[in-house]
Order: sequence, then C-alpha cells, then structure tokens
Amino acid sequence: MFDTGVSLNDLRFMAYGAGWTLLITAVSVAGGTLLGALFGTARAGTPLWVSLPIGFVLDIFRSVPLLIQLVLFNSFIPILGLRATPFLVSCLVLALYTAALCSEIVRGGIEAVPQTTRRAARSLGMTWGQDMTFIVFPLALRVMFPSWIGLTLGVMKDTSLVAWIGVIELLKSSQILVTRMPNEPLFILGIAGLIYFLISFPVSRLGARLERKWREND
Amino acid sequence: MIEIENVRKSFGTLEVLKGVSMTVDRGEVVSVIGGSGSGKSTLLMCINGLEPIDSGRVLVDGIEVHAKGTDLNKLRRRIGIVFQQWNAFPHLTVLENTTLALRKVLGKSKAEANEIAVRQLEHVGLKEKLDVYPGKLSGGQQQRMAIARALAMSPDYMLFDEVTSALDPQLVGEVLDTMRLLAKEGMTMIVVTHEMGFAREVSNRVAFFKDGLIHEIGTPQQIFERPERPGTAAFLGSVL
Repeated sequence: MFDTGVSLNDLRFMAYGAGWTLLITAVSVAGGTLLGALFGTARAGTPLWVSLPIGFVLDIFRSVPLLIQLVLFNSFIPILGLRATPFLVSCLVLALYTAALCSEIVRGGIEAVPQTTRRAARSLGMTWGQDMTFIVFPLALRVMFPSWIGLTLGVMKDTSLVAWIGVIELLKSSQILVTRMPNEPLFILGIAGLIYFLISFPVSRLGARLERKWREND
Repeated sequence: MIEIENVRKSFGTLEVLKGVSMTVDRGEVVSVIGGSGSGKSTLLMCINGLEPIDSGRVLVDGIEVHAKGTDLNKLRRRIGIVFQQWNAFPHLTVLENTTLALRKVLGKSKAEANEIAVRQLEHVGLKEKLDVYPGKLSGGQQQRMAIARALAMSPDYMLFDEVTSALDPQLVGEVLDTMRLLAKEGMTMIVVTHEMGFAREVSNRVAFFKDGLIHEIGTPQQIFERPERPGTAAFLGSVL
C-alpha cells in the first residue's frame, strides 16, 4: 500500500506556491513582452547608433545567468536606498530578462516582413504607423508567435530561481515540504513537476491551435 | 502632369539615374522600355517618393516630391503603383486588401469602402474572389487585385513596374487586358515594361532607357519603326 505523509494541507501549500509562480510569470511576461515589443520595434526601425546601444544593454540581461541577476538586484536595491520586496525584485529581473529575449523575437519578426510588402502599403498613402499596425505586426505575429510561446514557457520554469531570494513559489514550497518530510523528496518533487506541466500544457496547446488556424489562410 | 527634371540617383557607387528628364501629361500613356538594370524601375520609385533622389527634381502637378515639406502620404494617394511582385497583403482577403487604405487612409466608412472595392474588383474580373485570401489566387489574379487596390484610391496617375514580368506566360494576357482597359478610359499611366507589343499598341509615347538615361523618346511609330539613334535600333533588334 502506498503510504505518504503528504496531507491535503500540504497540497494546498503547494497550490499556494503555484499561485505565486503563475503571478510572477504573468507579471514578468506581460511587462517583458511590452518592453520587448518596444525595444524590438525600435531596433528594427532605427539607425545603428540607436539600435546598437539598445542591443548592447539587452545583451547583458540576456547573457548573465538569471540567478546572478536576481541576487545582484536583490542586494543592490537596498544599497541604492530603495525598498523592494523579493516579489517585486523577481518580477523586475524576470521582466527585463524576458524583454531582452522578446526584443530579438520582435525584431526578427518585423524584419521577416518583406520590404516590398511594406512599400506596397506606403505606396497606398499609409503612414509608417499604419503600415506597422495593419501590415507589419499582423504578419510578424505569425513569425514571432511560436518563439514567444517558447519564451513564456521558459520564463515560467525560470521563476523557480526566485526561490533563492526568498519568494515562496512552487519550488520553494516543495522544498519546505521536503525539509519537513526528508524521506519523500521524490514524491513531492514529482507533484511539483506535475503542477509545472499542468500550467505549461494548456499554453503550448493553445499556441499550437492558433498557429494551425493562421496557417489555413496561407 | 508629372515633370522629371535632371534626376540623378545612386545606390552606393553605382549611379543608376544619370540626369533623367521627361514629362508626362494628363491622359497620356508613356511606356518605358530598356534592358534590365537600366534604371527604369528606380525612376518609378522616385516619382512617388519611395526612393530619395540625389539631385534634380520631380514635380507632380507642381508639387515637388522630394522637397522637405511635402506630405508624401498625401501625395501617394494620387499616384497608384503596381509592382512586379504583386505584393498582396497575405493576411487579408481580396476585399480587405482593397478596402484597407480606403478606410484607414481616406477615412471612408466600411460600407462605402466595400462598395468602391467591389466595383474595382469587378472591373478587373475578381468579383467572385472577394473573400478569398491572396495565397489561393493565381499570380495573374493577384496582380489584377493589386491593380484594383491601387485604382480604388481613385488616383490621378498609375505607375506600372514590370507588372507582367513575374507571371506565367498564359497569365500575362489578362493583366495586359486590364491595363488596356484603363488606358482606354483615359488614365494617365507610366508603364515600365518588357512587353513590346503592348508598348507599341497602347502608348502615346515610348521612352527607351539606356545606361541611366533616356536614350530616345517618341511616338511608338518613331521608336519602333524608325528609331533615330543606333542604340535604340540595337536594343529593339535584340528583343523583337
């Protein structure tokens, strides 16, 4: 008979952690996508002397391991005399990281729209903004979407790193349970993994469905 | 009237237009012929300001295209252009392709835009395809859609940039027929083309482009039957 010390209450505790995981993911993906769209558009549409410095700064966020960024931000913010909860620091760091990756996706998507198509739009008297809104973004979206879904799922899993600065999200809540029940780490981590999967799966299914729908017209 | 005065244009070190001058009057159809890379297409892009120029000027009804204060977006509403690679908007249906600029640029209501677009699409023989996406159309149909899309803006001028060059031979005829119809209706047209028969039959004047310059310009009879310059005769000898 399978016997476990994990109670309903413990599961509720993990669900609480999962709630934070979801919240941090949602906030950082939303903020990061917004910033990333902004930076990506700027990089695709500006001369090199604007585009290169933006790219350089974003490269830093892209290249330094998230864990180091989290710990550094968490330590530096108090040194600067500012106050931020670990939750806020987590969202900030993950959003910047998402923005750095997302800006490349957006830039690639915009650059994938043929110049000739854009010329056709401009030749009809559309402004740069109208061309971007009605032609470039809808077309770029199809190119960007699969990578963006991948990014979102990646960030969701990366939220587990914020356990390091003391946010009790899904991984941290599992670790706390493991500390209390040291003989059941596999079962508890198995549940945590299952919860991560249950969060990811609908997102990736939804992504696949949208992609299929868009492809029907091409 | 379109006036092109001593226009020069380089891409890097390559000078493609070396001081081109010509005028096109209202109601006139001017064909531009010449070898590949002679600068014909670039000239069209300069007329509606899609390409900047290095010197000279282009005037459309007296408005200088490349002057600093010129509202290009406004000017372009009056100059339709159709490209070699038809450039459909692939995410929009035929009807939406045709109504987009009517609604967003000219601010027409949906009903009004639809009415205009349907009329133009009927004109080019695409009435049955309103809700089809461009990907499902043949090249010739896409090109006729591009013509309808440009015409829907009721432009005063139409520029055609080798619009049949990328089409399968059996689809060329339907596009040329559409252009013939337009010429007959009195549209002012500049047609960059390799279709010598079309140039000869439809144009009021034919300009032969060579090495970034207008080598010779005149009536189709003059250019095709008794060209004055040996370069023109040599080119026609090689293509006819």
